[in-house]
Amino acid sequence: MGGFFALFEGYDVVAAFWMNIQLAFWAAIGSLVLGTVLAVMRISPIASLRWFGTAYVNIFRNTPLTIIMVFSVLGLWGQLQVNFVNDFDLNFFMLAILSLSLYHAAFVCEAIRSGVNTVPLGQAEAARSIGLSFLPAAWLIILPQAFRGAIAPLGNVLIALVKNTTVAAAASVAEASGLMKTMIEFRPDVMTQIFLTFAIGFVVIVIPIGLLTTWASKKLAVAR
Amino acid sequence: MSNQAVLFDVPGPKAKRRILVFNVLGGLFVLGILAVAVNGLAEKDQFEAAKWTPFLEWSTWQFTLLPGLLATLQAAGVAVLTSIAFGLLFGFGRLSGVAPLRWVCDVVVEFFRAVPVLLMMIFLYQFFAKSTPMEASNAPFAAVVVALTLYNGSVIAELVRSGVFGLPKGQREAGLAIGLTPAQSLRSIEIPQALVAMLPALLGQFVVILKDSALGYIIGYTDLLANAQRFGAGAGNMLPSLLVAAAIFILINMLLTFTAQRLSRLLGARAGKLLQREDAIDPEGVEAPVK
Repeated sequence: MGGFFALFEGYDVVAAFWMNIQLAFWAAIGSLVLGTVLAVMRISPIASLRWFGTAYVNIFRNTPLTIIMVFSVLGLWGQLQVNFVNDFDLNFFMLAILSLSLYHAAFVCEAIRSGVNTVPLGQAEAARSIGLSFLPAAWLIILPQAFRGAIAPLGNVLIALVKNTTVAAAASVAEASGLMKTMIEFRPDVMTQIFLTFAIGFVVIVIPIGLLTTWASKKLAVAR
Repeated sequence: MSNQAVLFDVPGPKAKRRILVFNVLGGLFVLGILAVAVNGLAEKDQFEAAKWTPFLEWSTWQFTLLPGLLATLQAAGVAVLTSIAFGLLFGFGRLSGVAPLRWVCDVVVEFFRAVPVLLMMIFLYQFFAKSTPMEASNAPFAAVVVALTLYNGSVIAELVRSGVFGLPKGQREAGLAIGLTPAQSLRSIEIPQALVAMLPALLGQFVVILKDSALGYIIGYTDLLANAQRFGAGAGNMLPSLLVAAAIFILINMLLTFTAQRLSRLLGARAGKLLQREDAIDPEGVEAPVK
């Protein structure tokens, strides 16, 4: 057991978790932007964009994230030579963010759409009656209320995203699950303690997000 | 706001023309994205017939894709059964009248819902391979199944609990009024209804199990993804192989999603409500069919 704590001098666990947090941060922004655009497409009057949004959600929601990640690395990078930057590690980091964003955008889109469903009919009718066309009505009236109604589901997507950053191990990003594997291989005798350390690390990140979004969803709920 | 058409007026002749114009522009935008993708692929010679024809040959399916799919379905299938068992056990535990039992089940369920499945899988693989007499070749399968069970079983336990809590209060009150004890009312009145109500959400969870079974690729389980990747590396058609594997996953999952949504319509409002809960229990599961 004494050797267990010495293990943390050789391996930087905090840096590995910091990598997961960075992945989650950038992918959260990416998927929020893409997901919002998709949600607007899916409620728009334009049939071709509605069709595109639906197709996107159905495809990405039903594909394993692992395949998307492997596709980015072996397909986009390996076959198509997609290079965002010349730095090798940074490029894989960005490919991982791309995969996470593409995958979670489908869930963000559905979360926002469920938020749109909480906006009463009268809001849209009022927007139309003062002469707003679709985009201004969506941007000024519907979406601000929809976001406030969608905080709880968006928070759940964020939690899933944080946990899914571990899949970036498939893109050889130096994050927590990869480090855990290395540490267990080095010290199999204390593998349970190592696992619990990492597991509790995720619990410590995930549970405050859940509490915070639950609190925010009540605090910011539109009083009706 | 159930009817999305309220976001815009019923279009008149002028608006119809404008929508048509935007529709064409939108169509061009979608086609443009596809064209850029297709062009990029063509430039890298990804449309060579030789890269795609292997998938028209039976031997590719016989020796690579179908065994991989079988392994995936085996892991997912076993995990479905064990997850249901785990979920029912802990779900009932969380409803128990015995407080310590309830707390233990609460902690277990909340813990496994917060830990990434991949983290559990990597640990369990090492654990089974090194600390148990299990043959090393069986360790990946066992790790995939157990990790999927711990996570999805916990989600199902939560489904059971919220299924019971989602019932109208009158059900329990009626049970108590005819002289049942709280435990009897739970067993014979509330749980049967909750189980029916959670069926669509349960089916949606199968989608998550199937998707997450692909994580086994990372710990060396020879599933569909692993076989497709190996085939692609050998035959020099990585991109087509991965796309075919993805298409198989998408097809099966869409079928499951479709069935879940049909089932929820069949079972009526109560089941739909559980599927449509604002804070979906597993955000990666099947979302509500938003009208």
